[in-house]
Order: sequence, then C-alpha cells, then structure tokens
Amino acid sequence: MSDILLLLISTVLVNNFVLAKFLGLCPFMGVSSRVETATGMAAATTFVLTMASLASYLINHFILQPLSLEYLQILSFILAIAVVVQFTEMVVQKSSPVLYRLLGIFLPLITTNCAVLGVALLNVNKNHGFVDSIVYGFGAALGFSLVLILFAAIRERIAVADVPAPFQGAAISLITAGLMSLAFMGFSGLVKA
Amino acid sequence: MEILYATAIITLFAVVCGGLLGFASVKFKVEGNPIVEQINEILPQTQCGQCGHPGCKPYAEAIANGEAINRCPPGGEAGIKALAELLDLEIIELDDSCGEEAPARVAVIREAECIGCTKCIQACPVDAIVGAPKLMHTVITDECTGCDLCVPPCPVDCIDMPILQSALDSWKVPSPQVININEVTSEPPSKIKLEDAV
Repeated sequence: MSDILLLLISTVLVNNFVLAKFLGLCPFMGVSSRVETATGMAAATTFVLTMASLASYLINHFILQPLSLEYLQILSFILAIAVVVQFTEMVVQKSSPVLYRLLGIFLPLITTNCAVLGVALLNVNKNHGFVDSIVYGFGAALGFSLVLILFAAIRERIAVADVPAPFQGAAISLITAGLMSLAFMGFSGLVKA
Repeated sequence: MEILYATAIITLFAVVCGGLLGFASVKFKVEGNPIVEQINEILPQTQCGQCGHPGCKPYAEAIANGEAINRCPPGGEAGIKALAELLDLEIIELDDSCGEEAPARVAVIREAECIGCTKCIQACPVDAIVGAPKLMHTVITDECTGCDLCVPPCPVDCIDMPILQSALDSWKVPSPQVININEVTSEPPSKIKLEDAV
C-alpha cells in the first residue's frame, strides 16, 4: 500500500511529467489560457492517461510479450491511445456538449500528447505490474492536471498584468513555466528512492 | 515469415479496435434536437442579432425552449408564419422592439473612401467582407446578409445599404396579392377584356 502511495506522490510531485520530464508541453501551453478549459482538459487527459496505461499494459503483457513482438510496442500503443481518445471524445460529446465545444481541437490532440505515449513506454521500461501501471498513469495524469490548472490560474492573472512589451504573449508564458519548473524542483528531496 | 505474422497480429488488433469504436459510435450517438434544426432552416441566417441572440442558431434554440417567434425582423411576416405553422402556434405581429421588417438590403463599400481599417471585417458575422489592413475592402454580395452590423463601426461612413436589386439568377415570382373576393365577383365576367387581364 505504502509503495503505491509513494509511487503516486513521486509521479505527481517529484517526477512531474510536465515540469520534470518535459512531456505533454503542447496542451500545457495551448489550453492553459482559461481555468475552466484547463479543468476540462485535465479531466479528459486524466481519463485518457489512466485508460491508456491500463490498455497498453494489457496489450504488452497479453499480446506482445507472449508472441515476442515487443518491437511493435510503439505502433500498438499509439493505436490503443487513439482508440481511447476517440472513445473519450464520443463520450464527452454525448455527455457535455459545452465542454466538447470548449476543448475543441485539443480533445483529439490528446492522441499526440507525448505524456500519454511516454507513460505507456515508461511503464514497460520500469517493469511495472498491473496495479503499478495504472497508478503510474493516474499519478502522471494528476500531476499534469495539477500543473495545468495552476498554470492556467497564473496565466489568467498575467493576462491583466502590465507585462513589458518584449515579454508579452508566449515569452512570459514560457518564463512562468520555467519558474514553475524551478519551484517543483523543490520536491525532489521529498521521496528517497 | 515473421514480418507477415507480425502484420497479421497488428491488423487483427486494429480490426478489433475499429469494431470497438464502431460499437461506441452507435451507442453514444449524439442526436441533436431536430426541431432546432428545422427552426434554424426557417430563420433567414442574417446573423444580425436583432432578436437579442448572438446569431440565428441560438435564437432557434431559444424558440425551441419557448421564446416568442416574433423577434426576427429580417424574416418578417413570412418567417413568423412559417414558424407558427411548424410549431403549431398562433401567428403574431412582429415585435417592434427588435426592429422593423425591411426589404432585403446588401452592404456596399464606397471603395474610394475606404481607409482600410478592417473594423467592418471584424463586425461582419458571415465573413462577407474581404480586405487587409490599410488596403481597400469590398463586400462579397452573394455572402452579404444585409444585417447592418458593419455600418456603425465604419469610421468614415463609407458603407451604403442599398435595397438588393433582383438579378436574373435571383429573380423570383412575386407572391400573389391579397384580393377582395366581392370586388372580383361583382363584375360580370363578360366585361373583363383580354387587355385588362394582361
């Protein structure tokens, strides 16, 4: 139990996918201009990441490994992720048309969110078991959500701030992201490996 | 040999995934409110906002939720009648607070006076104005809905709204006039000459 908790905390805070591993930066920059959209994106990504890490574990363990086809990992993981994303899109469209309109193009773009494929491949790399894979995926998604929503909240404040002309727009966003990354470095001593 | 075997596995896997998605697309099919679509088709699609909604589709949704059908001046009496027929409601007068029914108009930019400020382009709800900053703008007549929204933002007042003249390809048979049946029948048919009828 404590192992799982440790894994969760270490993926959410210490090895945060966005700020420590620099994966999934496109939605981090793209969908963070408003907190509501960021929250929706975070929820969709959390679902997709957890489901995708589950699906990729099953595929790897029950299809690829017994048939010694491990070299097809990337191809089949991408396929599984695309299916999960498409499925999520249908469910979101059915259940919340407003969220569907807000997320727009970024919902299908979760497919190409490198954090999703990153989690699937790292799970294999680290020899995670069934539960560990899901916890790792869920932790990565929680970390992503936390950082995305925090960043969106900061950007909402920046939008009304008097930013010097050379720093306006993408520049101040990237600097903010860098400062957040520095702040999250402070968690690196939290869990002793 | 192994490559064929791997290809077969991945193909099989893809087919299974495709089947799953196909099942989900049937299961989670989104059925739009069909009445909204029908109302939206009757509305004139000028996107003028005179009804107080940001466009025709939102007004169609509002009508489906019970809003009055008489808030669309560009649609006019004919539009109200069509809506009343579709929704089985009473035909009511056009709401004056929204505007008056007017003949179809089209925006025309006096191009010599245009300073290229792009303000009318931003105001146009149907993207019927082409132009670039500091260059002359012009209106695509076929796309213009005559909604007037580009007129107020123009700083040099170079947009005219003339009544749309019907061209050869847009001419329609005019609607029949309402006539008093007593006037017609009071005169004996023998007196109507061919010249009068023409």
